[in-house]
This record gives sequence, C-alpha cells and structure tokens, in this order.
Amino acid sequence: MRRYVFTTSHRVVGVQYLLLGLAAVVGGTVLSLLMRWHLAWSDANLPGWGQIKPEDYLALVTLHGTLMIFFVMTAAPQNGLASLILPEQLGGRYSAGPETKISARMALPRLNALSVWLTLLALLVLLATPFLPGGAAISGWTSYPPLSAIPAAGPGQSYGMDGWLLAIALFCLGSLLSAVSVIATVLTRRLQNMRWMQMPLTAWSWFVGACMVFPAFSVLLAACGMLFSDRHLGTSFFFPPIDVVNSVVLRHAAGSPLLWQNLFWFFGHPEVYIAVLPAMGLTTTLLGTFSVRQSPGYRAGYRTMVFSTIAIGLLGFAVWGHHMFVSGMNPYASRGFGLLTIAIAVPSSIEVIQWLATILTGGLRRATPLLFTLGFVSLFITGGLTGPILAQPILDSYLHNTFFVVAHFHLVMGMAGVFALFAAIYYWFPLLTGRLMSERLGRWHFWLSLIGAYAVFFPMHFAGLAGEPRHYAQLTGTAAYLATLLPLQRFITIAAFLLAATQLIFLWNLLRSLRRGAPSPANPWNAETLEWPLTEDFLVRVHPS
Amino acid sequence: MYPGKAAMPAIITRAPVDTERKDPGFGGRPPVDHRPTGGGGGDENWEHRPPGRRGPRELLTRYRMGLGFALAGDLMFFITLVSAFFVQQHTGHIDPNDQFILDWRPLTIPPILWINTAILLLSSLTMEMGRRSVFHEGHVMEEWLGLGRPTSRRALPWLIATAALGTLFIVGQWMAWEQLASQGIFFGSNPSSHFFYLITGAHALHLVLGVAAIAAALAALWYARRIEIRQIVVDCASWYWHVMGVLWLFLFGLLIFAQ
Repeated sequence: MRRYVFTTSHRVVGVQYLLLGLAAVVGGTVLSLLMRWHLAWSDANLPGWGQIKPEDYLALVTLHGTLMIFFVMTAAPQNGLASLILPEQLGGRYSAGPETKISARMALPRLNALSVWLTLLALLVLLATPFLPGGAAISGWTSYPPLSAIPAAGPGQSYGMDGWLLAIALFCLGSLLSAVSVIATVLTRRLQNMRWMQMPLTAWSWFVGACMVFPAFSVLLAACGMLFSDRHLGTSFFFPPIDVVNSVVLRHAAGSPLLWQNLFWFFGHPEVYIAVLPAMGLTTTLLGTFSVRQSPGYRAGYRTMVFSTIAIGLLGFAVWGHHMFVSGMNPYASRGFGLLTIAIAVPSSIEVIQWLATILTGGLRRATPLLFTLGFVSLFITGGLTGPILAQPILDSYLHNTFFVVAHFHLVMGMAGVFALFAAIYYWFPLLTGRLMSERLGRWHFWLSLIGAYAVFFPMHFAGLAGEPRHYAQLTGTAAYLATLLPLQRFITIAAFLLAATQLIFLWNLLRSLRRGAPSPANPWNAETLEWPLTEDFLVRVHPS
Repeated sequence: MYPGKAAMPAIITRAPVDTERKDPGFGGRPPVDHRPTGGGGGDENWEHRPPGRRGPRELLTRYRMGLGFALAGDLMFFITLVSAFFVQQHTGHIDPNDQFILDWRPLTIPPILWINTAILLLSSLTMEMGRRSVFHEGHVMEEWLGLGRPTSRRALPWLIATAALGTLFIVGQWMAWEQLASQGIFFGSNPSSHFFYLITGAHALHLVLGVAAIAAALAALWYARRIEIRQIVVDCASWYWHVMGVLWLFLFGLLIFAQ
C-alpha cells in the first residue's frame, strides 16, 4: 500500500498518471464509438440504452473531448512521462556517486504525488457527472457561454455543468502542482556539469511544456471561477444582455460571451502545445537513438531543435484568436492572429525537416518504438498541413464549424500524440520492467493502427469540404440534405471500430509482456540518455567528471 | 543524527569519514545564511558537489523556487481577473432610443480599506522580523550545537502577531463587504461590484491560505526537529505573505484609480 499507492517515488507516480490516462483513453474511445454509431446509423437501438437522443450525443461529445484533451493528452505525456523519466534522464541515478543506491527523485516529490491525486479526484468527479440528475454537461469541452452559464439551457447544464467546472478546476490545480515540480526538478536536479545545452530534448520539451502550464491553466482556473459565479452568485461576466432559451427571453446585466472565449482559448491553444511538445521531444530523441549514423551537423541540429521548441512555446501564447475567427472578432485582429498562426508553422516545419533529414540520412534500426515515431511524423505532417489553411480567416469562416477541423486536430494532436505515447511505452517498457514487449505484436499493432488512423480521420476532410457541420448528431431529419455523406460516415464508423479493436492487440501485448516478455538487456536500444544504465567509458566521453 | 549532538565539533568542514556516513540531507553543515569556507582544503565550491550534498541552502533554494513558480501561476490568475475587469468596463447596452449606455457604475471604495491596507503592510513587517529571526546566524549556530531553540523562541511572537494582523485584515475586508451590502450593493448589482467583490474575495481567500500557512509554520516551529525544515516553512510562508501584500497594493490601486 505504502509502496504503490501513497508514495512519492517518481516512477510510481508516473505509472499512476499513465494508468489514469489509460482509463481515460478507454472511456473516451468507448464514448467516441457511441457517437460514431449514432452518426452512421441514427435509428439503431443500442442494447441497454435505446436510441441516442440529440442531447445524449452532445453529452458524449463533451465527455469525449474533456477526457481526451485533459486526462489523456495532458496528464499522460506531460505530467506522467515527465514524472516517470525526467529525474533519471537528468542523471539522478549517477549524481549520488557510483557506489550509492539509485536515488533519482523529483525536486518536490510530495507536490508531485499530490498532483496525481488531485488529477484522479478530477477524473472521478467528471465520470460521476453522467449519473447526476440531468446527466453530463452538453456544451462541449470548450463550454461556451451562454449555453454553459444558463442551467435551463439543456438537460446536463445544471448539475452536470457544475461537476464539469469542479473537475476542470481540480485538474488545473493538479497540473499546476505537477508543473512546479517538473520545473524545480530541471533547475535543481541536473547531473553536476550537465549544462542547459546538454539536456536531452525530451527534458527540454517537458520543461517548456511545464513553463506553459502556469499561464495557461491559471487563466482557465480564473475563468472557471467566473463562470461559476455567473451560474450561482448572480454576476454577469459572460451573459449577453438578452438571450432566448426555449422561446423564453432572458435579460441579464450586460456581460460578454466573447470574454470567455478569449480566456478559454488563451488557455486552450497553449494546451495543444503542452500536449504535443513532449511528443515532439520524444520523436527527436528516439530518431537520434535509432539512427546508426549521427546525421551531419548534429550539434547544430540540437541547438536549432531547442530554439524551435522554445519558439513554439512562446508563439503558442499569441495565436489563440484563430479559434474565434467566426465568433464576431474585429477583422484586423483576425488578420493579426492569422499571420501569427502561420508564423508558428516555421519552427514546427524546422523540426519536421530535421526529423525527415535524420530519417533519410541516419540509417535507422527498425524496432517498434521507431515505427510509432515514424507514424507520429507522418500523422503530424498530414494533420499539420491543414493548419495554415485553417489559419486564414477567409478559408476558416467556411471550414471552421465543419468536419474539416475535426480531421485537422484529430490527426495533428490526437492521433499523432497517441502514436508518440505508444512509442514512449514500447521504448521505456524494458527500463521499467526488465522485459521487452513483443516485436511481432508491436508491428501488427503499428500497421493496423496507422491504416486505421488514416481511414478514420482522413475522409473527414471530405465531409468537411462538403459542408457537414461538426456537431450535428445525425444526417437524417432536418439535416437530410447531407444524406449523400452517409456512406462516407458509415465507412468512418466501421474504420473507427476496427481501429479501436486493434488496440486490444496493444493491451494484450502489454499484459503478456509484463509476465512473460523476453528478458531485456540493460540497454536494449543502445540509448545514450542517462535514464538507461550506460557504460563507464561512454559516461566519461559524454559527461567528463 | 546530528554531528553536533555527540560532541562539539572542532572544525566546521568535515573529514571524509564524517561526510560518508548517513547524511541528514544537507551535507552535515550548519544551516547559516552564508557559506563558510576555509579549512579542510580541496574544492570548496559546493556547486561542484552532487545534488543533495550542496550544503544547507540547497533544500531551501528548491522550495523557494517551487513557491516562486506557484506564485507566478497565481499572479497569472489575478492578471486574468484584472484583464477581464478592463474588458467589462466597456460593456453596455443599447437603449430604446438607440443610444449606447455604459453599464459600468464606478463604485465608491469603503474608507475602511485604507485602514486594512495599513494593517496588511504592518503584518508584512512583522512577518519579515519573524523570517529574519530564524536565519540569525548566532542563534542558528547555537541550535546546531544543540543549545536549545533560540530561533523558534524569537520567531514565535512575530509569527503570532502576523497571523493576528492577517486575521484582522480579513475581518476588515468582511466589514467593507458588510458596509457595501448595507448600501444595497451586492455581488450581482453592477459590473463594477462584480469585480470589487471578485477581486477582494479572491485576494481574501489567498490571505486565508496565508494565515493557514503561518499556522503551519507555527506548528513546524513546535514539532519540526531539524532547523532547516523550520527555516523552510517560515521562509516560504513569509514570501507568500509578502507577495500577497504587494499584490494587494496593486489591486487596491486598481480599485481606486482605474474604475
């Protein structure tokens, strides 16, 4: 109990985060399958549920988005992997001297442990909301007011919405504590003589991600507090002067729904980079580890990667307006946000070009972690290329509320991020357990997942270009004018079920390898970062004294 | 085990036989505020030692750093409220005559806030006195040698005074809200009153946490055996307190001059 539950050990806390993320990703996937099912076959009765009503569909969208964005894409790669790997990667196990036992620790281990408990509490609160009277909130993971501010606006908007606010506030606190601990670790627990420009790029990306957590999540916390006081304390920060709900005219003191959107996206866009930066750092490190030859100009490449990572972190705070092009924004502001958004493609492209150069010239050794890394690069490019398209206010005003955007962010952030997580698990599994995961199953898992990911999310571009709005629950009834897209949506649904089924291979591989995986050598990938046991002469060469 | 408990040390820098035994976590050095050097020879720069062995300041620095980043996030929280404050000042509605009417009615600040501000400034002063007394070199050295607990004894009254003044400030804020309420100005009355209550309320909540932190520091003065831990708790509580004081000056100025 004390060893695996109430512990400050950085590895156990990291594994707790990953298990939490795994629970959330299973839940989020099941919800998305229900959504897909309803979209493709709207009349079908679900066993034990009956027909999915439109408000149920919106509740599914909300829970799916909240689970995936917060509890999977933030909790696992940033908070979880950082806790799991960072202290050892900074040389924690060497710093106490060769004869001492392993003593890698986070700088503030209790804070780190507290963060995972707050996150777990947040997850439990969120998962309890569907069982409250009225069910889960229906206003999406972005919770735009006035829909989210008026309890009468929908069935889940009273208790469900309060539960959502509480869960997100708890999650904000947990992530802030985790970020404090990551930053303090990077600043104070590096191996002596490890300079900033010697830190692995994974450590850099966790550091930059943690630095982004402060401004982002604090703003979300404040916004949640203001929304709560609008709902319960009689204020009107986010209410429009007049609102019509169920044909009833509601009058409020004048607030601004746009204020919420500004605050939310000031959090929301950096959040995207908090989720994807660890994946990018991991990709760089893994490509370096698995290439036989060091690509020419390796050191120069390292510096460029560090500065690109920092540039992405900084620019990430200046582009939030591109989520609001169709919300009634000043056109000049749209132009500015559009240009800044295209500017952020520059450091991202620099990283992509470096990866491609390493892939082409490095002479890669093939292994499952590398396959998933290549999958990340592929999905990141495919999803990223539609970014500059959506960054233009004119194109975005057509595409914004369509499936095109769904395709964009699911490829560039969702699928790419998940592939990086798989790479991380296949890569570090031997370090944690001393066993290798099955390569054969890993390869099946990779190829089926890659095909599945493209089969699910690529056709969504066409649905979006054809003008299908992204929040429609069904394509029958009043939306029958879109019925020509039904075959496409049915294909996507079938692909989604296959993609989900593919993940059973991964779960089987994980469970089987835990018990019966082949014993792993101490450093199976010949990695050169310090979390792996390195040979004496290598240490002397890379880290003198 | 404290080296000083067994026998009075003749020299401060330890021989290898001392440093290689079980380390209490701060390198076996007296936790004074500066770094004594000299004697013993060898590399005296503690930054060259492994993490965890860089002397008594190391743990303190780490906690201060953590507090600093947590406060940075907290400042962002208040920046959010303040930027919303400026946005909301310009909202209004259009009346039946097609005139744009600003809804913001500037609020008269209850004069008691001036007294509260003075109290808070005074409490920062007492807090600083308490903080300095746990770092007083002579007293720390005495404790390290096992001669009683002079730092705790001296810090105690200052911390109690700070907690009392802080509670007084919170009560004063409460009275300000009561005064406003008696004039019929509530949280939901007007955009300006939303922000008055929100900003003062959020700040008061932080001060409640601050008083709790001082209470924790008092408990630590009583219970914590290692002087380093007592220093850390008092130091972090007092930096938190100072930052909240400075933040209040800014927020108070905002409420007075920027309405």
